[in-house]
This record gives sequence, structure tokens and C-alpha cells, in this order.
Amino acid sequence: MKIFHLKEKLYKWLFTILAFASLFFLIGIVLVLIKEGLPIFHKVSFSKFIFGRFWYPTYSPAEFGIFPLIMASIWVTLGAVIVCVPLGIGSALYLNELAGVRQKAILKPIVELLASIPSVVFGFFGMVILTPFLQKVFNLPTGLTALNASIILGIMATPTVCSIAEDALNYVPNAFREASFAVGATRWQTLTRVVIPAAGSGISTAIILGMSRAIGETMTVLMVAGGAAVMPHTFLEPVRPMTAAIAAEMGEAPVGGDHYHALFAIALILFVITFVFNIIAEMISRRFRIKLGLSG
Amino acid sequence: MDNQVKMRAQNVDFFYGKTQALKNVSLDIYANKVTAMIGPSGCGKSTFIRLFNRMNELVPHTALRGKIFLDDLEINGPLVDAVDIRRRVGMVFQKPNPFPKSIFDNISYGLKVNGIKDKAFIEQKVEESLKKAAIWGEVKDRLGDSALKLSGGQQQRLCIARCLAVETEVILFDEPCASLDPISTTKIEELILELKKDYSIIIVTHNMQQAARVSDYTGFFLLGEMVEFGKTQDIFTKPQDPKTEAYITGRFG
Repeated sequence: MKIFHLKEKLYKWLFTILAFASLFFLIGIVLVLIKEGLPIFHKVSFSKFIFGRFWYPTYSPAEFGIFPLIMASIWVTLGAVIVCVPLGIGSALYLNELAGVRQKAILKPIVELLASIPSVVFGFFGMVILTPFLQKVFNLPTGLTALNASIILGIMATPTVCSIAEDALNYVPNAFREASFAVGATRWQTLTRVVIPAAGSGISTAIILGMSRAIGETMTVLMVAGGAAVMPHTFLEPVRPMTAAIAAEMGEAPVGGDHYHALFAIALILFVITFVFNIIAEMISRRFRIKLGLSG
Repeated sequence: MDNQVKMRAQNVDFFYGKTQALKNVSLDIYANKVTAMIGPSGCGKSTFIRLFNRMNELVPHTALRGKIFLDDLEINGPLVDAVDIRRRVGMVFQKPNPFPKSIFDNISYGLKVNGIKDKAFIEQKVEESLKKAAIWGEVKDRLGDSALKLSGGQQQRLCIARCLAVETEVILFDEPCASLDPISTTKIEELILELKKDYSIIIVTHNMQQAARVSDYTGFFLLGEMVEFGKTQDIFTKPQDPKTEAYITGRFG
């Protein structure tokens, strides 16, 4: 009897610890980012770091302005949104409203399978197929550009957007559709005036999480974005998003040096951005569930 | 003149895949009367009324044989648009299903999807419909509030108002009180009696007292067949078929 109780307790503790492990990791990572990132601000002011237009970390004197990197991340992410929103939402609408049961049973797993392709494979695809194509079409010196990264990231974010948006459409009770048909609405009217507005915040969540996927992606942008740490002017120029800068430069930055700290500070800023994205997504999706009368 | 036929089902068979849900059902629905469909769960009564506004065709793998008429129009005819039929034959569902929109928008929705843009007309129609559905007094000061904030009974009356707004001619009630409390149920029943002055009404119910209270005609369904149809009074006092008698006296069901 006693051993049994002991075992029960042991299990409880074991799983409690495991459950809290993620929290510890999160806090640990944030603390390290802060500890290693903050020292750079003794060298450069915060605003100069964020809005500085020159990123010459290895020059002497070095310049630590990450504005070109931030802009590159924003451009590439927005470009990815332009690609993944029509693709992802469009396929979600098709899957949920038009495809038959069997078609959906086959198609949805396939779309989700797209998410399981390693990012390096996407990057490879961009380098080998998209790069020469873009170079030829736009007659560019290099096909490794913001456009290239946007397209590949957009395709990579599509399964995220599609899957979450499809879930949102699925959550819209069938009773709403029936009610709409029953007053003489067409399928299109039902879709645009009842189903999509009802799923609206769920769809916004899907887009935000897709963006968060795109902005945090590293390997692909490292491979196809071109890597030039200068202010982007058009989508047809090489850029260096924040993630690519960290990945490319961390290996050569001397530990404890200014460059090293600057890279950690970039990581910290990136973390804050994705964190905010995820919070917003969570808030919107909570409102969505309340709106549809599902549990908060 | 008393018994003008508004809708008619003629030798209707209905299939879900290979399962036959309705077997050779023929029935007349009289204008300005309430016709009740009773029977145990799964007897096909809900399936049957969903044929009158062509809702069943939204369910995949179903098939219909036989004819259904609205006045003289065969509603499944080749040139007939389901959208048209659904406007003329409204439906109130088992669970109140207002849209997650404002009270006003819930009512105006049907008008807008049918192409009406005149704002003053829409406003007037919304008020008129809410009044007819006996809910105007409760909502007139908060037409902009979400319909989901209303109680279940209010939501159901709102749904009734929603089908009145599109100038429906027939209203199908599919167990409209199944999820409501007794007081809300009474209100809906009173409303049904009031509405039959202007509309032809079909109601599916598993509650025999309800059928007895509100309907003029009753059809008894069992296993996809209509066992008996007649004046409600006759069905409940001197049923012809022993199965009907067994059901209404509560020996099964």
C-alpha cells in the first residue's frame, strides 16, 4: 500500500517536472539572450543599434546598425505573406467548403506534409531552381534576392496558414451555414458573408503564425536571400535578414567580443518580435472562440 | 376555400447512400394551417421536412424520388433555383442558430443576400419581422448587440423573425423547442398559432402534447413511412392504425 502511494507521488512529481521543463528552457534562453545581448548597448546606444544604417561588425571602427537587417526581415516576411496568404487561405477554403470528404482526407495531410520538408531542402530548391529562373526572367546579376526568399518562405509558411485557417473554418458551426442557405443565400454569399467573417479572427491567427514562421526561418534565407547587409530598395536585390546574419556570423565572431554581443542583441529583438506575434495570435484566437460561443 | 393545398409531397422516396430513409410518402400541406409530423427518433420526419426547402441536397450522397410541389411549382424541377425555394419556404432549426452578428444584421441578412439595398425598406422590414415574431419589445433598444447575447428562447424567436423578413410563404419548424425551457416553449407555441394566419406551417416535434396543442393536421411517421395522416383531433382521439394508437398512448416511442 505504502509503496503504491510512493509510486503515485513519484509519477506526479516526474510529470510535473517535465511539464515545467519548457518554462525553464524559455526563461533560461531569455536570460542568456539578455545577459549576452545587453553589453552591446554600452558600445552603441539602443536607438543607434536599431536605426543605424550600417552593419560593419568586423571593420575598425566597427558599425553596429541593424536597420538593414530588420528591414530585410520585414521585406522578406511581407513578401512571404503575399505568397502564403492566397495559397494558404485559398487551399483552406477549398478543403473546407468545396472538397469532398475523401478529397479532403487525402489533400489535408499532403498540405501538412509540406511542413515536414526540412528547411535546407527548401533552400536547396530555391538555389538550384528558383535562382537561375529569377536571374533569367528579371535579367539580374544574381537570383539570390529578397524575392527569392519571399517565394520560398511563402511556400514554407503555406501549410501553417492553411492548416490553422482550415481548423478555423471547421470550427464555424454548420448551423450558421444552414441558417444562411435557409434564407435563400447562395453558396458564395454564405461563404463570404457568414463563414469567413465568423472564422475571421481564426484566419488572422493563421496569417500571424505564418508570419512568425517566416520571420524566424533561418536556413532558407541564409541560402537564398543573397546575404548583402545593405538597405533593400527593391525585391530584386540581395538582402540579409536578422536570422541569416546571426547564423552566418556567429561562427566567426570572437566569443565575448562586441560582434558576439551584437548578434545576441539581434536574437533578443527577434525573440521579442516573434513573442509579440504569438501573443497577438493567441489573443485573437481566444476572442474567436468566445465569438463563436465556444469555450474561452 | 378552407383547405387550399400549399405544398404537396407525391410518392416521395429518399435515400442516404443506400439506406432508404423515406418510403413512398404522400402528403398535402394546407395553407394557413399547422401540420405536425410526429414519430419516434429516426423515423424520417426531420428528413421529410427538409425536402420542402431542398436542404437535404446540401448533404452529399443523397437521392430523392417522387415530386414535391409548392403551389403548382415542382420545386425540384429542372429550371427551379433552390435559392428561390428557400426564400419562399423558410426554416427554423432545432437549435437556435443566429449568426454571430448583431440582432439587426441577423434579420437584414436574408434581405441583403436577396439583393435588397434600400436602407429604409430594410429597417422597416426588420422592425416588422421582429414585431411579428413577438420579440420587438425585448430587443428594440439593442438592435446593435450581438444576437448571441440573447437567451435561447429569444434567439429562437429571432430565427423566426429572420425567416419572416424574406417574405416566406411556408415555415418549416424542425423541433423548434427541443432545446428550450417550458416558458420559452409556450411563447414559441403561441407565436406559431399567431403566424398561421399569414403562413402555412409544418412542425416536426417529438412532443405529442405540442403537436396536439398547435397543429391542425398531424402525420405519424414510423421507420420512414407515414403510417397515418389526418386532422389532429382525429389522430389523437380515434386513430385508425393500431401503431398510431400505440405511439400516442405512449406504449412505444
